[in-house]
Amino acid sequence: MTVASALALVLALLVLAVAAWTIVARRPFAAVVGFVAYGLLLSIAWVALSAIDVALTEAAIGSGLTGVLLIGAATRLRATEAAVSAERPGASLRWLAALTSATVAGAIAVAVLSLPDPAPTLAPAVAEHLAATGVGNAVTAVLLAYRALDTLLESIVVVFALIGVWSLAPDRVWGGHPGPLHHAAPSGILAYLARVLPPIGIIVGLYIFWVGADLPGGKFQGATILAAMWLLVMMAGLTDAPPISRTWLRILLVAGPLLFIAIGFAGVLTAGAVLAYPDGYAKLLIKVIEAALLPTLTLTLALLVAGAPERRLRR
Amino acid sequence: MSLLLDIFTVTAVLAGAVFFLAGSVGLLRFPDSLSRLHALTKADNLGLGLVMLGLLPRAGGLLAALKLVFVWLLVLLASAMVSQLVARVARRGGAPS
Repeated sequence: MTVASALALVLALLVLAVAAWTIVARRPFAAVVGFVAYGLLLSIAWVALSAIDVALTEAAIGSGLTGVLLIGAATRLRATEAAVSAERPGASLRWLAALTSATVAGAIAVAVLSLPDPAPTLAPAVAEHLAATGVGNAVTAVLLAYRALDTLLESIVVVFALIGVWSLAPDRVWGGHPGPLHHAAPSGILAYLARVLPPIGIIVGLYIFWVGADLPGGKFQGATILAAMWLLVMMAGLTDAPPISRTWLRILLVAGPLLFIAIGFAGVLTAGAVLAYPDGYAKLLIKVIEAALLPTLTLTLALLVAGAPERRLRR
Repeated sequence: MSLLLDIFTVTAVLAGAVFFLAGSVGLLRFPDSLSRLHALTKADNLGLGLVMLGLLPRAGGLLAALKLVFVWLLVLLASAMVSQLVARVARRGGAPS
């Protein structure tokens, strides 16, 4: 056994162990911590498989953003935690759940193991036509040229998710500020960090967005970093989340997907198909779409974490 | 020359790993939150610094090497801030000691 395969084996066992811990942990907060560690281990596994784009997304969205959302949920559930863990579901229900989970896991395992070797792949075809898109990063080319429809729907789904979160607000605070008002000592450590880190984080976020055309990176990963910077400033109490009734906010939230749709339908006239790009303009249009999606995604991801409106609009 | 660089890399990364191990042992063995925090952050900062130092000759360019140093500085900043915040919560009795 080579060193590399030994490391891969250890990594796989660690991922499985942390996944099991996440399921077994009794307290929601412990399970969330397990989930975040699981996501970080998973992104190391993606790096080991040379899938840097996937690793970045897993670390930023899968582990980071989802982890923050789950910590928020676990904190809110703390009040009812004791009551919920006191009641145990009946034996038949638990066996049924175990059986269903085992069946699903077994079916996936059979499907994966029965794939032909080598697995069917379009990778050579993508690599052959990569030059036609003008984009150097094959993942970006697949996401915005060959499978642009998936990316379009993805960018709409996150806006829908935000609308779903907002719709949890009671009527009396509708249109108000999301989440609680954060207080922190003005000269404290959090306020200091919220002043020092954002200039660096904004540059890193924009850089990751920009290199996405030719190297691992892209709008989703960049937007997560930008959203994190904004959330940091909000949590330090240096600024407040904007009320959700603001017109500029709502325009920015739909601007990215709308421009994507417009360029997609313009493809019917210029290139003969929906979401097709005319020859020679592919890279330019891809960058325009990504640039339009960046503010939309930044706002959506940050406001997803900020939560449903909880405070009335201040006049 | 390349052998010397290899020896340097292996020595520095191994020394970094020792600090990570010490930090993890401290995290598991120390009696209360504040000393656990102390073990974790000090050992992590030094450990990551040594690993970074060992990888510098292999970065393949000045820009990549600077990125490595930058990553270490960002981790230093983040871990110093986070340990302060965690320590404050621990002092207020928000976490089990």
